[in-house]
Amino acid sequence: MRLAFREALIAFSRAPLLSALSVTTIAFSLFALGLFGLVAVNIRRALERVEQRVEVRAFIADDASIDSVSGAMQALAAMPEVARVDYVSKDQALQRARRDLGEFSDVFEGEFLPASMEIRLRPGLKDQAQVKALVERVRAYSVVDDVRYGEEWVDKLYRVRDLAAITGLILGVAFAAVSVIIIGSTIRMAVLARSREISIMRLVGATDNFIRAPFLIEGFAKGVLGGALALVLTWVASQVVSRYLLETQFFEPSFAALGVMGGAVIGLLGSSLSVGRHLRRV
Amino acid sequence: MIRFTNVTKEYPRTGTALANVTLHVAKGEFVFFTGPSGAGKSTLLKLVYMEERPTHGEVRVGGTSSKSLARSDVAKLRRKLGIVFQDFRLLDDRDVYANIAFALEVIGAPRGAIPSKVGRLLERVGLASKAAARPRELSGGEQQRVAIARALVNDPFVLVADEPTGNLDDRAMRGIFQLLREINAAGTAVLMATHNLDLIRRSDYRTVEINRGQVVYDSKEMVAAVGGL
Repeated sequence: MRLAFREALIAFSRAPLLSALSVTTIAFSLFALGLFGLVAVNIRRALERVEQRVEVRAFIADDASIDSVSGAMQALAAMPEVARVDYVSKDQALQRARRDLGEFSDVFEGEFLPASMEIRLRPGLKDQAQVKALVERVRAYSVVDDVRYGEEWVDKLYRVRDLAAITGLILGVAFAAVSVIIIGSTIRMAVLARSREISIMRLVGATDNFIRAPFLIEGFAKGVLGGALALVLTWVASQVVSRYLLETQFFEPSFAALGVMGGAVIGLLGSSLSVGRHLRRV
Repeated sequence: MIRFTNVTKEYPRTGTALANVTLHVAKGEFVFFTGPSGAGKSTLLKLVYMEERPTHGEVRVGGTSSKSLARSDVAKLRRKLGIVFQDFRLLDDRDVYANIAFALEVIGAPRGAIPSKVGRLLERVGLASKAAARPRELSGGEQQRVAIARALVNDPFVLVADEPTGNLDDRAMRGIFQLLREINAAGTAVLMATHNLDLIRRSDYRTVEINRGQVVYDSKEMVAAVGGL
């Protein structure tokens, strides 16, 4: 094992430019992946924030009695999905409309806006199906005239999230495949540069695993270095964006570590494919 | 010890390299393989160190048979053999000592034992004073001595030498041949492919001539035949 480490180190020092090039290429592949991951993380975060604001508004029929409204409110508040229910009177609705419209506030006169119940949902209970089911139950109350919850907006939001997840996955797999090919090629160059050593090793009776070990170590090290460099680049990018454009959230430490390990796996996979192919030929 | 039984080796592109060769090499024997270029000498030697497998027939080297050979068995077999080539195959970026030590490290020799073993091997091939030299700083004969020292790290029971003197001048050639004789005298069998008829004539070792993939002459059989008359 000691010899394998030494040989891997010699390989690094003997072709520093090639080694630097392969580390940089892996770093840039993973950096591109990291940037996309960062976008995905932040889209997800933004979606979570928007989801927090999803609320159901049930408009109350004009002829509904106070008792029946209060009964409905109590029943709604008792539902497990519901965090709280607030009553918005006609007067409050008008005031809110005036506040929202600012300089055009004087177009409203008289209480022509209906009273309503604002139903806030519990966090974590906001997926589309649950919201729809709840809306149907709210609609069933006789005091309720109509229910709005921005369904088009909610639908679009979920579609954006699904699209982001699928695109992220496809790009992630594509970048990982490219990285495997790149590291495979650089290790292949290293294998060819050392084909004489390999042939001598085989002549004197080295096992395939023994021959493979330095290359696997080299690929692993390159992958880890590339992954770490990509992590630094991604962090710098997120800092720059946070400072000059909008506040972004960086990866959780465990996720960042997973990214570096991803680099290591790519390095191992690329080198193992490359050496395996060479060994089968000699 | 080494036995070829009806061995045929065919290559997809170049056709038959060896045709129905049957041959036995006894323990500690010195055998010359001679014949024109492309006759099949190198193929025969490759079959001995299992770089190639026969298309038909069987090659047995020590207890290893080509018929039941796994990839990992090749490494085990090579640890009992020494192999030398015309082009030396040394690592130019390391000195003589490191070239031999590398081979010892590869086969997992204990680290503490390596310096003394390398020293003994260099002394055996007459290069004790050149341990720190790079291969390029040595003459062809000296480079081949380093290659032979490396081939001896496994204390082989057979040394396979494919045209070991092909790149050497007359004086160096004689030196290498003398070294191979000494190695043989110490009990290691030597299989040597060569074009050099002068070398063959100067010694009374067994000579096997190969032409177009077939054994066309074997001095051992001739001796046996003459003895039987």
